[in-house]
Amino acid sequence: MATLIRVLGDFELAEDARQDAFVAALERWPETGLPRRPGAWIQTTARNKAIDRIRRQRVEQLPGDLRELSSSDEGIDRLITKLDQPIEDDQLRLIFTCCHPALTREAQVALTLSTVAGLRTEEIARAFLTPTPTLAQRLVRSKRKIRLAGIPFRVPPEELLPERLPQVLLVLYLIFNEGYSATDGDTLVRQELCDEAIRLGRLLVTLLPYESEALGLLALMMFQHSRRDSRTDDAGGLVLLEEQDRDRWDVELIAEAARLVRRARESHVAGTYLLQAEIAAQHSLARTAEQTDWCRIESLYRDILEREPTPVVALNHAVAVLMSDGPGAALALLERLAEPLTDYLYFHATLGEVLTRLGRVADARLAYTSALSLARNAHEQAFLRGKLAR
Amino acid sequence: MKYMLLINSEESFYESVTEEQIGEIMAGYGRFTEELEAAGANVESNRLQPTSTATTVRVRDGKTATTDGPFAETKEQLGGYYVIDVPNLDDAIAFAAKIPSAEYGSVEVRPIWEM
Repeated sequence: MATLIRVLGDFELAEDARQDAFVAALERWPETGLPRRPGAWIQTTARNKAIDRIRRQRVEQLPGDLRELSSSDEGIDRLITKLDQPIEDDQLRLIFTCCHPALTREAQVALTLSTVAGLRTEEIARAFLTPTPTLAQRLVRSKRKIRLAGIPFRVPPEELLPERLPQVLLVLYLIFNEGYSATDGDTLVRQELCDEAIRLGRLLVTLLPYESEALGLLALMMFQHSRRDSRTDDAGGLVLLEEQDRDRWDVELIAEAARLVRRARESHVAGTYLLQAEIAAQHSLARTAEQTDWCRIESLYRDILEREPTPVVALNHAVAVLMSDGPGAALALLERLAEPLTDYLYFHATLGEVLTRLGRVADARLAYTSALSLARNAHEQAFLRGKLAR
Repeated sequence: MKYMLLINSEESFYESVTEEQIGEIMAGYGRFTEELEAAGANVESNRLQPTSTATTVRVRDGKTATTDGPFAETKEQLGGYYVIDVPNLDDAIAFAAKIPSAEYGSVEVRPIWEM
């Protein structure tokens, strides 16, 4: 697909050709049986279908580069040769094009899932709880914008990379989180989003092996994904990290993620993804919750806070302080966050916990009550009612 | 590809700064235009008179109606434009970012409809 788009210079034409190939497969395969290499079969057929479409279309409707090539048999032959030479970078070009900052964030996410990951429109729509026609239209509009606005199909040059790579990483992380954090919706599709984000992350670090933030993000997603079997109970409720059954964590994935973190550390620059991955590593590598190295986690959160001084990061830091230095030190930090985080459930829940540990039961109840008023789903409500009932 | 770079800023901005600062901005525009010329990317450019000189024309049921002023009252007003010819949107964005007004106003990048 990526090669088709590069050579044809047109998302819509490439996609139509791929669709044609799938239709052909549906018609032919039941009779002929599965070809020996189905992927290659689809690729060759899509190439042929693209050529058919180019021959059929009126010259003036074709994208600029194709007009001349399509006018002679020799030109068509040149086009076929080009289509048969995939360049490894094609996938990378595609990711950067889909995540171009001239597209909205929603469009970036949808395009990446559709074009790079090959998810069907209905699948993406279901995962994001968006009506299929809305999503289909979003895709059509953004592909048209790519063509009409002249968004280049390329890996950005060195000087643009520091600005563009974070966009790509954010899109991957959004895809992952969409699959990871929400507890409603279709579980199978959500699982697929996590798998896709990790697969794309792997692709990215293969193609950009020296980008420590790409390594950091992949490691972070892997650490989180390694707990997929233990993080919810049978009823679908969230299980807190310290209460999870660590025997059910995916040790192979953890080991791979830990290797990625070591590799990323070699570059001596640590961005926020790598720092978050290191925090996740501390949790993943502790045999029991009690053995967690909270002092190290506290210092990592301090590093993140330096780069991203937001109230939510400060709250996470305060939680680490609670675990490393005790509730007194944590309360001092929390008091400064009361105003910016007044509508944030986790602020009130954390405050409740800190006050409970300080023995200020009445104040703690007030904090938990505030948290309960902000709870959006049954699991959160049940958790907070449990705290209030003690 | 050809792009129009539409330069928007608050007209009142120019009343709030000194002659000297305006001189600097204009010198910045001079340097920017030279850079475009050197890159062979300049198609044409113009500065517009303020919106107080604008007239808006509409034709309804065959009748021409003219009104004083711009088509819409907005916080920022169109003050000038460049038409540039560059390979792709990234290059257009890079040039747009070098326009002096981008630092206090905004620049809209619009591809030109190729006929």
